[in-house]
Amino acid sequence: MTKTPTTWELFVAFFIVAISGFGGTLPFARRMLVDRRQWLTPEDFTETLSLCQTLPGPNIVNMSIVIGSRMRGWRGSIAGFLGLVGAPVIIVTTLGALYSLWGNLPQVRAALVGLGAAASGLVIATAARMAEPLLRNRPRAAAPFMLTGFAAVALLRLPLPYVLLTLAPISIGLSWWLRSRERARV
Amino acid sequence: MKASDTLVALGLQFVGLSLVAFGGANAVIPEIHRQAVDVHHWMTDQDFAALFAIAQAAPGPNFLVTTLVGWKAAGLAGALVATAAMCGPSCVLTFWVAKAWDRYRHTNWRAALGAGLAPVTVGFVFSSAFVLARAADTGWRLAIVTGSSAALAYFTKFNPLWFLMAAGALGVAGIVR
Repeated sequence: MTKTPTTWELFVAFFIVAISGFGGTLPFARRMLVDRRQWLTPEDFTETLSLCQTLPGPNIVNMSIVIGSRMRGWRGSIAGFLGLVGAPVIIVTTLGALYSLWGNLPQVRAALVGLGAAASGLVIATAARMAEPLLRNRPRAAAPFMLTGFAAVALLRLPLPYVLLTLAPISIGLSWWLRSRERARV
Repeated sequence: MKASDTLVALGLQFVGLSLVAFGGANAVIPEIHRQAVDVHHWMTDQDFAALFAIAQAAPGPNFLVTTLVGWKAAGLAGALVATAAMCGPSCVLTFWVAKAWDRYRHTNWRAALGAGLAPVTVGFVFSSAFVLARAADTGWRLAIVTGSSAALAYFTKFNPLWFLMAAGALGVAGIVR
C-alpha cells in the first residue's frame, strides 16, 4: 500500500475515472484505485463495492464517499465526490442545452431515436447480468421477488418506493431465515 | 407551475428516490419516468428516451439522467437541484454507515440485507429496461436494435459506446425509425 493520498490526489483520481468512464464507471474505478494508484487491494475493492451496493444511491458515487472518507475524512469524501460528478454534470448539462436547441432537427432526432433504442438494450443486459448469479445460486428465493418487483413496477406501474417498502422486508426476512437455518445445520 | 414550484418538486422527488435507489439510478428509472412524464408532464416519452440515451452516451456515472431530467424541467437550476437531491441523502447515509461498517460487515443481518435486496433491485432494473424500451421502440426495427444491443452487451466484452454510436448512425442513415 502506498502513502495516503491528499484530497487533491483523490479529486484527480475520481475525475479521471469519471471522464474515461464511457458506458459504466466501475471497471475504470477498479483500474484506477487497485492497479494504478494501489490505494486498495483487490479484496478491499470487492469489500468496499459490496458496502456501496448494499446502500442506496449510485454505487460509484458511494464509492467516492467511502474511499475519500477512509483516506482523508469528510474532506476526502467531498474531494472524491466533486472529482467524480463535477465534469460529467457540466458535460451532460451542455448536451442537454444542445438538445434543447437542436433536438428537433430531423438528423438529431433520427440519431437519438437509434441511440435510445440501443441504450434501453444496454439496461436489459445490465439487468440480465445482475439476475444471472441470483438465479443460478438461489433461484427459489430470488425469482419470486424479481418477478413481483417487475410486475408491480413495469406492468402495474405502481410507485416504486411503495413496492420496495413492501417487497424488501419480506425478501430480507426470508434471506435472514434461510441463513439462520443454514447456520443451525452446520 | 411557477419555476420555484418546479424546483421544489424536483428536489422532493429526487431526495426521496436517493434513499430508495438500491442498485443505483438504473433501478429507479421507472419512478423518474412516471413522475417526469405522467405526473408532472415535464417531457414526452420520446424526450425521456432521448435524454436517457444522451446520459448513457456521455462519460460519467449513469445517474446523470437525473441531471438531464432536472435540466429539461427547470433549466440549469433544475439540473443542479436534481443532481444534489439525487446524491445528497445517499452520500450522507453512506458516509455515516461506512464508519460503522467494519463492526457489522460479517454479521448475519448484513448478509441477509444484501441478499434480500438484490432480487427486488434486479426486478426494478428489468422494469427500467421495459419502460425505456417501450419509450424508445416506436417500430419493429428499433426493437431489433434494442434486442441486438442487449445481446451484444450481454455476450461480448465490447465497450457499449460502440453500440450506441452504431445505432445513432443507423438512425441518421434513415435505416431505423
